[in-house]
Amino acid sequence: MKDLLFQTLSKKNRLLILGVGLFLVLVYFIPIWAISISAPQYPEGLGMQIWINQITGATPYDLKNINLLNHYIGMKEIISESIPELLFMPYVLAYLIIGAFITELVPKVGMAILGIINLVIVGLVGLFDFWRWEYNYGHNLNPDAPIIIEGMAYQPPLLGCKVMLNITACSYPSYGGMILASSLVLLVYILWDEKRRKKSNVV
Amino acid sequence: MLKKSNIIVVTLGIALFALIPNCKKGAATATLASDAASRVYVAPGEKDEVYAFLSGGFSGQMSVYGIPSARLFKIIPVFSVFPENGYGFDEETKDMLKTTHGYVPWDDSHHVEASMTDGKQDGRWMFLNANNTPRLARIDLKSFETKEILEIPNTAGNHASPFATENTEYLMAATRFSVPVPQSNVSIDSFSKGGFKGTVTMVKVEKNTGRLSIELQVLVPGFDYDLSHCGKKKSHDWCFFSSYNSEQAHKMLEVGASKKDKDFILAFNWVRAKECKDQGKTYNFGGEYVNNFKEENKPAVSTKLSGVKMLNPKDCPGMMYYMPTPKSPHGTDVDSTGEYIVGGGKLASVIPVHSFSKMIEVKDKKEHHSTEIEGIPVLKYESTLAGEVQKPCLGPLHTEFDGQGYAYTSCFVSSEVVKWKLGTWEVVQHLPAYYSVGHLSIVGGSSTEPYGKYLIAMNKITKDRYLPVGMELPQSAQLYDISSGKAELLSDFPTVGEPHYSQMIPAKLIMDKTAKLFPLEENKHPYATKSENDARIVKLGNTTHIYMTAIRSHFKPDIIEARTGETLYFHVTNLEQDYDIPHGFAIGGAPNMTNLLIMPGETRTFKWVAPKPGIYPFYCTDFCSALHQEMQQYIRVSP
Ligand SMILES: [Cu+2]
Repeated sequence: MKDLLFQTLSKKNRLLILGVGLFLVLVYFIPIWAISISAPQYPEGLGMQIWINQITGATPYDLKNINLLNHYIGMKEIISESIPELLFMPYVLAYLIIGAFITELVPKVGMAILGIINLVIVGLVGLFDFWRWEYNYGHNLNPDAPIIIEGMAYQPPLLGCKVMLNITACSYPSYGGMILASSLVLLVYILWDEKRRKKSNVV
Repeated sequence: MLKKSNIIVVTLGIALFALIPNCKKGAATATLASDAASRVYVAPGEKDEVYAFLSGGFSGQMSVYGIPSARLFKIIPVFSVFPENGYGFDEETKDMLKTTHGYVPWDDSHHVEASMTDGKQDGRWMFLNANNTPRLARIDLKSFETKEILEIPNTAGNHASPFATENTEYLMAATRFSVPVPQSNVSIDSFSKGGFKGTVTMVKVEKNTGRLSIELQVLVPGFDYDLSHCGKKKSHDWCFFSSYNSEQAHKMLEVGASKKDKDFILAFNWVRAKECKDQGKTYNFGGEYVNNFKEENKPAVSTKLSGVKMLNPKDCPGMMYYMPTPKSPHGTDVDSTGEYIVGGGKLASVIPVHSFSKMIEVKDKKEHHSTEIEGIPVLKYESTLAGEVQKPCLGPLHTEFDGQGYAYTSCFVSSEVVKWKLGTWEVVQHLPAYYSVGHLSIVGGSSTEPYGKYLIAMNKITKDRYLPVGMELPQSAQLYDISSGKAELLSDFPTVGEPHYSQMIPAKLIMDKTAKLFPLEENKHPYATKSENDARIVKLGNTTHIYMTAIRSHFKPDIIEARTGETLYFHVTNLEQDYDIPHGFAIGGAPNMTNLLIMPGETRTFKWVAPKPGIYPFYCTDFCSALHQEMQQYIRVSP
């Protein structure tokens, strides 16, 4: 096991790690997650996107209109400024990217494993945090809201679609999310490849 | 007991009897295509193929229909006030109806013209004339709103208007009623002595913005100028105006103006006219007029202007020619190639067609001139004639073209549309119209590239066509499919006001360009309130400005205090940024003001003088949300 941790990455795998680092830079420029909403009076749909540092509407007006809809049920207004995670998420991403570049200087399999652990932690914490926000938005409603339906909560789905009153909300990873996921897959592949290489070296 | 044979006889008798009224009915709908219903059916959620813009005649408005379904989408107020949305009432739009005669909130709107680029419809603007108080309007097809109205001075009865040149460089406007120019109190019989004049006005359309201005006017003999159409391609430089009453009768025109065998189509070289203006051949002439312009989401600005550049035909040789045309020509239509100028001699038994190339060939040859009227050479009828459609119908008026070499002429007296072939002048089809058809319109039919397919006939009388609704019956338009060899009647539909003339445009030219909302951040209205936090009441002496916001489902501020006699301006901004979410605004019992419909991101102002003490509710009139009914508040007026 120790041997594997300190095994130097193959040239190909080093290049792949560099690729992962560069790939991750893209996440600054594209949304990570997307929530779409459709209702009879919104045949064209409304969309919301979560970026590494902000929340926006799919069109310049969508977020405003989602908030307008939400105000009937007493949901808090969704604005980037009220979500502190968006302030430090860019640094977490930077940490992952820098990790990839450091691996170029210290090209050991252990670094790749560290990367996997980091990505998994970021992913799980991120998803949990996202769920927590959704829970809070959906449950902590203004008691003075115009529409109050006994026992009704409006927590959007973490993944997939859900019908709430007359609205169907769908939640899926966007391009940035897919990049994060495929980075993890690439790192796991590198680990598998290095393990295979070690075996053949022994033989 | 009846014998079997008797039963058959009786049955046959009933069948025959039943056939008699059926035959009568059959004649009235003989040309209806058998599958017409499916051809005009547009399923729920599906969209029409064509936009039809119909003028409202004496309603002073323009209506928008979908073709082939004939569904009415919208009424665009142009020269008339419109209580539905406050047009002509509120502080933003009331100046649109200002004229030198004061506020004139009505007109008689006959002709719709579509803007063109290279002779093809470009879907940017529609233009509409006001016949009564001479004006000309520009309607923007992004917002389907009236954006500009220009008054035409030194004219009376702006009927031959607004006809556009091939690239919408200019719109033409000519006098229907000749009058003393400038106006003066003269005896009416001086008309017969040449004391009355007509004018042809060139209205310049600014290429990118569409802004209107008067380039120049030409003083023409005092006839009644009726209609116009401008040339295309080779005849690009020319516009053609029909005229009647070249007799210059001033009483009982029915007889007096129908004496001569031929009146005229006036051929006007507008490029030459502009040249003469640039050479300084015009002179400064009086004439007061106003220009009303409403910039997007801003109050209309009404500007008083004075004086035009006037040109006399004799100072600009080569600019104008008269082409004799039988008998009291009404329509003057130029075919898609620009070669044929078709006259609609409303009392004539032929449809005369002038050839543009012949006209160019002979126009300056003395032997082809019969005389000259006030500096305008009169060409000989035969010299410019391309041909005549013999005995087409009674009362031919207007002609449109399908781009396949066929022309369609409406016939008022015999209530029909005749289809005939350009070049051979033979009639190929008679299409009955119900009843008394004036103009007709083909999709793109007055452009260089007709899209053909649909033709509508615009009828004045409906008599037995619809359920009776008292004495005033609707007027109607009739839809024909002209895409195959034989034109077929598909449907007819009642219209708003008189469907005087129309322009039809393929939907794809317009539908994706229409505006959905006014972006709040671009709202430059001087009284805009862009967020609820800025909603406020500002008192300035006896005047109060209320900077109000409207959003689903409340106004802010929502409680207002005023004193009797105080003037309140409600500047209401709709904060919505969502398609199809206007809010309304109305105050109970407000005199001189109806309703406001405020589009998303728009600001409009409602002026209200606080009446006697009491509580006055105000509320949203456009059903905007589930809590629309709660969108209501109060004004308290104290002594
Ligand atoms: Cu409302």
